[in-house]
Amino acid sequence: MIDTKKENQNESIFQVAKANTRKYSMFIMLALIFIVFSILTGGVNFSSRNITNIFIQNSYILILAVGMVLIIIIGNIDLSVGSLCAFTGAISAMLYNTGMGLVLTLILTVIAGLLIGVYQGFWVAYAHIPAFIVTLAGMLLFRGLTYIITNVSPISLADDKFKQITSGSITMESLEIGGIHVLALLVGAIIIVLYILFSLRIRRNKRKNAFDLLPIPFFILKISMVTLLIALLSWKFADYRGIPTVVVVLGVVVAIFVFITNKTVIGRYIYAVGGNAKSAKLSGIDSERVIFIVHVIMGGLSGLAGLVFTGYMNSALPQAGNLFELDAIAACFIGGASASGGIGTIIGAITGGLVMGVINNGMSLMNIGADWQYVVKALVLLFAVLYDIYTRRKAGLGI
Amino acid sequence: MSEYILEVQKITKDFPGVRALHNVDFKVRKGEIHCLCGENGAGKSTLVGVISGVYPKGDYEGKVLVHGKETHYKSIRDSEKDGLTVIHQELALSPYLSIYENLFLGHKKPRFGVFNWDELRKESLPYLKRVGLLENPKTIVSKMGVGKQQLVEIARALSKKAELLILDEPTSSLNDDESEKLLDLILELKKEGLTCIMISHKLDEVLKIGDSITVLRDGESIISYDTREEKVTKAMIIKGMVGRDMKHMYPEKTPKIGEKVFEVKNWNVYHPEYHSLKVVDNASFFLKKGEILAFCGPMGAGRTELMMSIFGKSYGSLSEGEIYVKGEKISFSSPRDAIRKGLGYVSEDRKELGLILIQDVKTNITNSSLNQLSHLGVLDSYKEIRAAEEYRKSLNIKTPSINQLVQNLSGGNQQKVVLSRCLLASPEIFVVDEPTRGIDVGAKYEIYTILNELASQGKSIIMVSSELPEAIGMADRIYVMNEGRVKGVLEQKEATQEKIMHMALI
Repeated sequence: MIDTKKENQNESIFQVAKANTRKYSMFIMLALIFIVFSILTGGVNFSSRNITNIFIQNSYILILAVGMVLIIIIGNIDLSVGSLCAFTGAISAMLYNTGMGLVLTLILTVIAGLLIGVYQGFWVAYAHIPAFIVTLAGMLLFRGLTYIITNVSPISLADDKFKQITSGSITMESLEIGGIHVLALLVGAIIIVLYILFSLRIRRNKRKNAFDLLPIPFFILKISMVTLLIALLSWKFADYRGIPTVVVVLGVVVAIFVFITNKTVIGRYIYAVGGNAKSAKLSGIDSERVIFIVHVIMGGLSGLAGLVFTGYMNSALPQAGNLFELDAIAACFIGGASASGGIGTIIGAITGGLVMGVINNGMSLMNIGADWQYVVKALVLLFAVLYDIYTRRKAGLGI
Repeated sequence: MSEYILEVQKITKDFPGVRALHNVDFKVRKGEIHCLCGENGAGKSTLVGVISGVYPKGDYEGKVLVHGKETHYKSIRDSEKDGLTVIHQELALSPYLSIYENLFLGHKKPRFGVFNWDELRKESLPYLKRVGLLENPKTIVSKMGVGKQQLVEIARALSKKAELLILDEPTSSLNDDESEKLLDLILELKKEGLTCIMISHKLDEVLKIGDSITVLRDGESIISYDTREEKVTKAMIIKGMVGRDMKHMYPEKTPKIGEKVFEVKNWNVYHPEYHSLKVVDNASFFLKKGEILAFCGPMGAGRTELMMSIFGKSYGSLSEGEIYVKGEKISFSSPRDAIRKGLGYVSEDRKELGLILIQDVKTNITNSSLNQLSHLGVLDSYKEIRAAEEYRKSLNIKTPSINQLVQNLSGGNQQKVVLSRCLLASPEIFVVDEPTRGIDVGAKYEIYTILNELASQGKSIIMVSSELPEAIGMADRIYVMNEGRVKGVLEQKEATQEKIMHMALI
């Protein structure tokens, strides 16, 4: 075969641009949606207060989406996460009300989630029952158990400290100057410096090993976009109440799982099992264990999301978590995950979750009711996936 | 009307980053059998796609003329209206429907939206008779062998009133007997006036039935022969395909055979669904250091089942028997365990069982060896890239980069990726199941060379092969199997195709 790239050098820079447009189309979509709502709401959605709110209101869905994208990558689906959130949320409230403190409550709730993940993972991975059925049963089971342990009435929290994990902020009074929370700016600056140093180091290493490099203009563009985003967020947080605690929680979760999916053996195994389970098995990958682990992770993250949602509502509600699973699943697909498995990223799922969050938020600010929000979200889901499939096919990446 | 049923003029077709066809010319006379030869990746399937409308007009440069008129197909449906029918390598039947339902599905117009299935069943009979399929038309197609399913496809093409039948490697999954029958059928249909284009790697078949032969190489049409005008030989075709003379089909080797390293005794395997059915019956064999063994036998002899069940119980409901490695009794509980203990297995079905098609070359190569490319579960990406690059070079995998998805590679290069994956895990005993199935002559030769080199490095190789010349050309010893039993073993010197068949069938 003849490589057309070699025939036409001019085309190569254009091709890089094209390939990267595809890769970053989700971010572009998110930015466009945000800008459209900024215009429609007269800039209200860009206010410091609203930016903070978007993160707080969507935090639990984003946490679930991180786990859900792993489930979708291995080719499964988890319908039980909404009920799990209600169940673990109730557990967290009950634990907290015994007076054991927030940290211990957090740890025990996540462990409860992990154990539920062990239970569901066992059926899916080792008993070979389709995940759709196991988690459909889990959806009913944990909703029922939630009703049983809560007596179908809300559990209110002993004090106001619990809700700090969701709606609280991290700040230092000594660094508050003229209503600006300087700590947030400092943290933002540190992250930017670390990010740039890290990117340069990777690039240097790649060059030393003579590997493919992103052309300089694109490299600078990428770095400046990320820098701009971090700077903007830290400015907005500083301007309002400091860094929301839940953003820190979310940041830690995202960082851990981006690392796991990109840099670790288990991450690679997850993609391999999702790409072709039989072939992965014959390659010496213990597919069952990988599937099991992913369901356990999903359980743990459901526990965390349940706790965060309890903090958000400032009480544990028996009907909490209704339809969370569908929001989390939609976030993954908008973020480029493939329904047949093997394809998807954590950052994609987060972006997809934010796309829906920004739409919800923007329409609420415009006083448009939940009825139309559903309609718009449905269309966004459909067209995002349509665009993804179309461009994937054009780029010769298969479906 | 023109004497050509099909003319292809100066076709050029690009895929992202790759030019698949370049100025291809190709003509098919009415009523002839025209064979299309070329290595995998030479552009044969793409050419068929252009002719049949898989790639719509405008997606390629150049002209396609059917019956002397230029075509403007938007999809396969348009080409079918002109009497073109393609039968793909992977059959397109609906597995749980019956023969006659498959026959008419998709192209028969129902009356008032309702099919009269009884009438259609009757209507199917003449077509089935023409292709020599004597089954009850109500038989579910998945219950028949591939050979008969192929006949259903041909009957289906006839029922569409096809004038030009394009067969993409029709015999690749058939045994010798079935292939023979299929080729006879094609000759029979030619007498009735049907024109055929056949893509095939098997040069014996090509020379047997082809009236004309066109050779493609690297996306270009190299040469066309007319067997009615000149005597065409295999060497002439091979020369066109690979661009060089291929004096030796099998590379030279000087075996250095050592002591016994691997032995299997009294191995039994039971069918995954019918637990009482023995698929492998009391098989025993051994393998020496530096030796290449071949396992021959007809389809369904139990060779693949034997190897897969040894490789960490990857086949069957139950397998029992004894395995010895260097005299020590051992068992493999899973493929993972087997790989760790020095066994490597390359499956006969590389797309389903060997590769992860949506992943890139690098990931596919390293998937079995991530533990040695990582530290405390964290990957060393530089080490990984270096390992993949090393194998890309040493096995000569043709790909723009190791970041290319394997689904975009040709069959031979895909096979080299699977080999790389197994080799990177550094096995001592290497089982290759049909290592050259569906790949072209040039890549075959490269794979034979790799296997010989491994043997000379002191690795031991078991090769399951359905191609007898390949087994005789490559192996030091040949085990012959049939109906789940090891029927005997032959030394390379004494082995002939007749002896092997004799041993298997008697």
